[in-house]
Formats: sequence, structure tokens, C-alpha cells
Amino acid sequence: MSETIKKFLYLNRKAPYGTIYAWESLEVVLIGAAFDQEVNLLFMDDGVYQLAKGQDTSGIGMKNFSPTYRTLGDYEVKNIFVDRDSLAARGLTQDDLLQIAWEDIETEESVENIVTVVDAPAVRALMDAADVVFSF
Amino acid sequence: MADTIDVDGKEFAVDEEGYLANLNDWVPGVATVMAKQDNLELSQDHWDIINFLREYYEEYQIAPAVRVLTKAVGKKLGAEKGNSKYLYSLFPYGPAKQACRFAGLPKPTGCV
Amino acid sequence: MSILHTVNKSPFERNSLESCLKFAAPGAAVLLIEDGVYAGLRDTTAVPLIADALERVKIYVLGPDLKARGFAAERLIPGIGVVDYAQFVAMAVEHAKVQAWL
Repeated sequence: MSETIKKFLYLNRKAPYGTIYAWESLEVVLIGAAFDQEVNLLFMDDGVYQLAKGQDTSGIGMKNFSPTYRTLGDYEVKNIFVDRDSLAARGLTQDDLLQIAWEDIETEESVENIVTVVDAPAVRALMDAADVVFSF
Repeated sequence: MADTIDVDGKEFAVDEEGYLANLNDWVPGVATVMAKQDNLELSQDHWDIINFLREYYEEYQIAPAVRVLTKAVGKKLGAEKGNSKYLYSLFPYGPAKQACRFAGLPKPTGCV
Repeated sequence: MSILHTVNKSPFERNSLESCLKFAAPGAAVLLIEDGVYAGLRDTTAVPLIADALERVKIYVLGPDLKARGFAAERLIPGIGVVDYAQFVAMAVEHAKVQAWL
């Protein structure tokens, strides 16, 4: 266990099934959750498609890992950000995205949806504030 | 570890670490046979965790890491069961690893 | 006989679709597969590209790839067809050749 809490930012810019990046990123987040750091996820460009709801891969013989994003709240991920301009460029709104809940069982503090759509200045601030950025 | 296990005369493929090769093949007998190989007799308490894991996988498509499992069990089955001491008493080889194997799930993400 | 073009990259990440549509001859067919299906969705920045091309070529998306990514056929730009794997094979047979834009 580390002494100082660092801010990790996972930057996700790839669509979910065409390449392995999205799944790899998700796995690293799940594994990294054991290290008690502050973890933020940011989805931009084609990465916003990772959070599209209603994914059904039964026809393409690949694992649908979109339900797994809904466990991120259990894995100590408290903030998931989505770049507003990336959504707009793709004709998408927050209604097209998964909802991800977060709950602290001890304090019973809970957040119904930790997915937040943010503007460019907020994206920039997130990048500035991060100690480490993992790019996928 | 053999590459198959025998459950009531039917062969089930497993990987080199003994995890069931195909999640959809699972029947309760798989857990019983795997437990016997580990010298365990499954009680209702074991089954509660095994069934919980299968439901968790069905919903989220992953086997939970042990601390997530502990928290989630506490929420679903009560605080007296949501702690690692209790879970290790049921599954001495590790609640995530061993229980996931009995439940037919892949090895939990983040386990080595 | 015309060419069946396949595009499997997102139009927001690569210029595969743009190049394909630039060179596809009138009457050709363009099938969007894998991440290429995102180009078929309404209200994106790729709409002008598709709208212009629809006047010259036929455009289709592979249904299972669209469904996998969470989108129904209703989200597609009008004029784009949806095909399944069997129809993909039939189209490949019908056309003189298949040209992939990777």
C-alpha cells in the first residue's frame, strides 16, 4: 500500500471492438483498483462509444464487456468523465450512455450516476490535475 | 491438473489451472466435484457464495476481485458474511479464486 | 460489374471511408463493417460525406456489427441499408470483386 494517494487518469480514445485498447484499459483499471489511488476515467473521441448502452455482441462472436463498466463503482472509481464535444460530433447525448452507480457500503454514501459529461476546459483541468495519465 | 473433470460420468473441459473452459457448461455437480478434489464438502453457505458469484458474472461479465466480492457479499448476504475471515473459512484457497473456480467462472481479473 | 468496397475503420479516426468514397465509381456498393458502421449513424460530423456519396453509390452497414456497438437501424442515415452475414456473402458473389479499405 502506498503512502501518498496519486491521481490516475485513464484516457480512453478508442471504440470498443475494432481494437483491443478499450478492453485492455478496462482490465488495467480493474486491476489497478487494488492500489488505493484516486482513479478518474476520461472518455473522448471514439472512446465515448465504449459507454454506449444497448451493446449486444451476440452476432459477432465477441465478448460484450460493456456490462463490466457498471462495476467500476465497486472498484473505487469515483469519477467517469465524457468529453461533450466528442459526443456532439457523433450525434450522441448522455441519454445514449450507460449509467454507472457508486456506493460506499460503510458510509452508505451513494451516487446514482458517476458518468459526467464535461466541456473542454474541464477536460484540460483534469489532465493538469493528474499525476499519471494512462493512454489507451 | 487434468484437462477434464468427470461429473456424473460426463467430461467437462478445464484449463491448466482447473477453471472450467466453458462457463455455459456449468452444472452444480461441477462445484461438488471440484470441491471434493480440494477436500471440501459444500454446505449451504458455500452454495450461497457460488450462486452469488454466478449472478454477479451474469450481470457484469466479470469475476469480482476479492475485495469487491467481500463488499458485494456484505451488501447482499449481510455484514457477518461480508468479511474475508468468513469467506476464507469457507474457501481456504481464497474466496475469489477457489469459489470462482467452483462457480465455473474464469479466474478473477487482478488475481495472479 | 461493379466493385463492393468494405470499410472497417471509424471515419473519426482514419480517412479510409473518405478515400473509399472519393474513388468508388458510380453504381458501386460500399459496405460499412466493424468500426466502419459508426459512419452510418445520424447527426455525426460524417453525415455530409455520406449524404454526398449516397447520390452515387449504395451504402450498407453490417447489422451484427451495428448491434454489437449498441445502435439500432433507426439510428442510421436514411438511404443506408442493413445486411446480415448471408447478404454480405451474396453481395460479395454478385460484385466483380471486393475491395477492402483497411
